[in-house]
Amino acid sequence: MDKSREQTPAKDPELLGLHPSERQKPPTRRSSQRDWLVPAFVAGSLIPFASIAWRIGRGRLGANPVATALNQVGLLALIFLVASLSCTPLKIAFTWTWPLRVRRALGLAAFFSALLHFSIYWVLDQNFALGSVVKDVIKRPFIAVGFAALVLLVPLALTSTKRSVSRLGFRRWQRLHQLAYVIGVLGVIHFYLRVKADHTLPISYGLVLALGFVLRVAANAKKNRDARLRAELRAARSASA
Amino acid sequence: MSRKLPRSPPSSELTPKELYTRRREFIKSSALFLGTSAALGSGLISLSGMGSADPPVAPPLLPKPEPGTVSWQITRRGRYATSEPQTSYEDITTYNNFYELGLSKSDPARLGFRIKPRPWTIEIRGAVAREQTLDVDTLIRWFGLEERIYRMRCVEAWSMVIPWLGFPLADLVKRLEPSSSAKYLRFTTLLDPEQLPGEESRVLKWPYVEGLRLDEAMNPLAFIALGLYGAPLPGQNGAPLRLVVPWKYGFKGGKSLVEIRFQESEPETTWSHAAPDEYGFYANVNPKVDHPRWSQATERRIGELSRRKTLPFNGYGEYVADLYRGMDLTRYF
Repeated sequence: MDKSREQTPAKDPELLGLHPSERQKPPTRRSSQRDWLVPAFVAGSLIPFASIAWRIGRGRLGANPVATALNQVGLLALIFLVASLSCTPLKIAFTWTWPLRVRRALGLAAFFSALLHFSIYWVLDQNFALGSVVKDVIKRPFIAVGFAALVLLVPLALTSTKRSVSRLGFRRWQRLHQLAYVIGVLGVIHFYLRVKADHTLPISYGLVLALGFVLRVAANAKKNRDARLRAELRAARSASA
Repeated sequence: MSRKLPRSPPSSELTPKELYTRRREFIKSSALFLGTSAALGSGLISLSGMGSADPPVAPPLLPKPEPGTVSWQITRRGRYATSEPQTSYEDITTYNNFYELGLSKSDPARLGFRIKPRPWTIEIRGAVAREQTLDVDTLIRWFGLEERIYRMRCVEAWSMVIPWLGFPLADLVKRLEPSSSAKYLRFTTLLDPEQLPGEESRVLKWPYVEGLRLDEAMNPLAFIALGLYGAPLPGQNGAPLRLVVPWKYGFKGGKSLVEIRFQESEPETTWSHAAPDEYGFYANVNPKVDHPRWSQATERRIGELSRRKTLPFNGYGEYVADLYRGMDLTRYF
């Protein structure tokens, strides 16, 4: 998911995730110094899980600890998912490049949280009753949607390494990882369908996602327009020559 | 006089030169690492609502009313009681669905103190011999206090065992002498955002309204609770008086009641208005009729880790099944 940490000049300038004007420059000293960034995100992502584990150990998760842990880990998965999908929009909006460097860590955090969320549901909530889990997935739209999101996250997690990018080729890898948009939408729907009365939270995550999509579409449209203008300019020049 | 130079440290303890020259960078990176991970971690904790998921402290058992003002004496125990272990006072008073006091399970315990349980009156309206306003202490004087240890099954597939204190609803209904047009009872919760701040949010239509058919209200199991574990109800459990209908899902038990209306038509209840396909008027506990979004076949008893099978009518079928003879319970859910 992270394509910006290539240290050697990549064949495809897209791999660097840099603004076109920066693409020919060698990596700046400043960015090479931010070695702490990804480890900090990995460590920070683990803190809420440590907090949940600590609360379980101290019996501080309330009268229904299974439900509380299930809900909080599920919400964390959605937060990580939306955060990983907000990296590119942040880059578009503020021309920051650091969000792209933490994107893989965020995406993997989303996957592991979703996996833990499902494990809590299967093991602690349903006590390993595979039959009732299968029935739930088939019968209950909200569980089916959540399960689909988890299943779709698997290939993305498996191809999150730099080696996968070169093995698949950047274009195919990118096409595959566009699944993340679908997963994000599924995650928000899963949350929306689960909530009993107050839909504020799922709607706000949906809005963050939607804002990100709008920024991407706008940036793409601008890129296409620029390319067309350049092509027209070239055509005009060669015609006048 | 010869002076010895201090022994130089072994070479293994010497800081490598490149680390020494990069020490400022190292300290800066460490600080940035710590700062960023701490900020991210606390951001995630607050976004995932863990702060508010912290269980609140259970309230102390409330003092019993002064003798002389009202007799807070338990006159009867043990009818219809279950022998199952009782859920702890702490769990009963810190894990509540009472949206008028907030949407999370722990909000009501934090805000329950806002309810002022005395003085408190309840309006009796509609098809009765005499419409009247009754003081809650008058009710205690009329009917005394009986302990009922009931299972409580929430529609969210968890359950508790609660020792209530109160009187049978049937006693009140008989005394009020409903007229022949009284077919249903409509229970209304207090509407006052000062005491119930959750009513400022529009998640449900306030005030909360629940209802029973007259014959359901006359069933000896239907109960008006004023206490819990021998003491007056804390705010979060619906002080000063609430409905308890143990063979129905918990949301049928309207809390902090201010009006009971006797009427001919079936009242529209809050949850069936909000989501008619998910919450019916009857809401009898039924393992065979699933909530559209989850199974009702099993439940988690609070305090237990494994799930248990949900019983039809929450295990009270022998007392109440006759009320629904001939009714299609998948349609009238």
